Amino acid sequence: MKKLSLTVIGLYIGILAAFSQYTKAVDSAQFKPRKLSFEEANIITSYYHQNGNNSAVTGGIGTELLSDYSGVFQLKLHAWDDRARKHTLDLELGVDHYTSASSDNIDPKTKSSASHADTRIYPSATWSMENEQKGSTFTLGGALSHEFDYNSYSTSVGFAKKTRNRMGELSFKAQVYLDNLKQIYPIELVPTATVSTRSGASSSGSKYPIVGRNSFVGTLSYSQIVNQRLQFILLMDAIYQSGYLGLPFHRVYFNNGSEQVENLPGTRLKIPLGFRMNYFAGDKLILRTYYRYYHDDWGLDAHTFNIETSYKITPFVSVTPFYRYYTQSAINYFAPYEEHKVSDQYYTSNYDYSKFNSHFFGAGVRLIPPKGVFKLENFNMLEIRYGHYTRTNGMNSDVVSMNLRFK
Amino acid sequence: MNQSSKQTKIMSGIAIGIVATVLMSSCTAVKEYQKSRLNDGEMVLGNRKVEKTELSFQSYREGASGANAGKSGGGCGCN
Repeated sequence: MKKLSLTVIGLYIGILAAFSQYTKAVDSAQFKPRKLSFEEANIITSYYHQNGNNSAVTGGIGTELLSDYSGVFQLKLHAWDDRARKHTLDLELGVDHYTSASSDNIDPKTKSSASHADTRIYPSATWSMENEQKGSTFTLGGALSHEFDYNSYSTSVGFAKKTRNRMGELSFKAQVYLDNLKQIYPIELVPTATVSTRSGASSSGSKYPIVGRNSFVGTLSYSQIVNQRLQFILLMDAIYQSGYLGLPFHRVYFNNGSEQVENLPGTRLKIPLGFRMNYFAGDKLILRTYYRYYHDDWGLDAHTFNIETSYKITPFVSVTPFYRYYTQSAINYFAPYEEHKVSDQYYTSNYDYSKFNSHFFGAGVRLIPPKGVFKLENFNMLEIRYGHYTRTNGMNSDVVSMNLRFK
Repeated sequence: MNQSSKQTKIMSGIAIGIVATVLMSSCTAVKEYQKSRLNDGEMVLGNRKVEKTELSFQSYREGASGANAGKSGGGCGCN
């Protein structure tokens, strides 16, 4: 009987041990590499419309009428590796289609030239690896942008490290853009050599000469949690550009009546410094503020102030009125229509480089119902936003955007 | 660069530095379970996705760009 009891106990322990081992095997399996799994998807669509009377295509006079439709699809996937690091893959595909009355004036003799409308396609991919234990994140990205007269290839690398108490984070990012653009001149200023090239196929297969533009961007930022309601981030960029920095279809009319395409220096150094601070007041109100100071070696100084309040009508519905003020000085090479001298080395009549102030205001609505938008479980969030932009030199625009998020 | 522009540049840098220093010195430790407000989707220290087109047209229509995680000059025919 004793032997039988001992055998039963032995069997019980054996079975228990076997199951214990099985359970342990399941635990360790949790740290094995996993396949990429869906995190979220976003669809962002916008309609933008502008008008004004200082088009650079017609030398600082003439219509700036432009409409742009854009759609962006973003997909976020993630996976964990056997060292408990989170790998995230962000994929994006964007398409813009615009119609522009001023671009149509590159060749005003045609009622509707090829330049009056264009489509831009811009795919990108970013991979990031986050080590939660070490508080560090490494990112690597690449992007393309293609439109009829402008192509861009870019790559980026970044690193971020949290402070020991996880209240702050220092990050660095470096980006390189290698761009090229077709030299599409106003019809009356097309160089003779280019005219002969246009009439037949060139050796490169393009009807237009191609020039390059390179941009090197370094970004340093530091974010800090101040308390349970307040956090801020300091941002600093250093941007160096070289190559052809104007656009070949921007006309300049001199004070003697002659005409040329704009001519700008071959290099530009930009230093923007930004500060963003968010504060959660009470239980329903969030204040989002932003300030940026900007300086570049073309002589442009600018200040940007932005404030947005997000008021939660319910925990799932919020309204977000906003206001943005922007002011800039003119670059050293800007002058209005027929005010440049022929002796000027560099010249442009592009009013985007003139002295002006602008106001941008509007509001948004954000819905995040717990059971999903329209009770569709995966339709996690809907946000709609409208803004009106007005510039002191007469240009104004409207933009309406919508973001659908699926989780 | 004229004298007033230089002064504005210095004053802007100093102002941002002072605000950041004051905020840093008043930091209090926040535990993970106390971050419910900080983790709210609208407290993100960045742009909203829905602002994408707004940031894009601003970089085309204004001379300044950068320091906002948006475009800073490359990748488009913008300023």
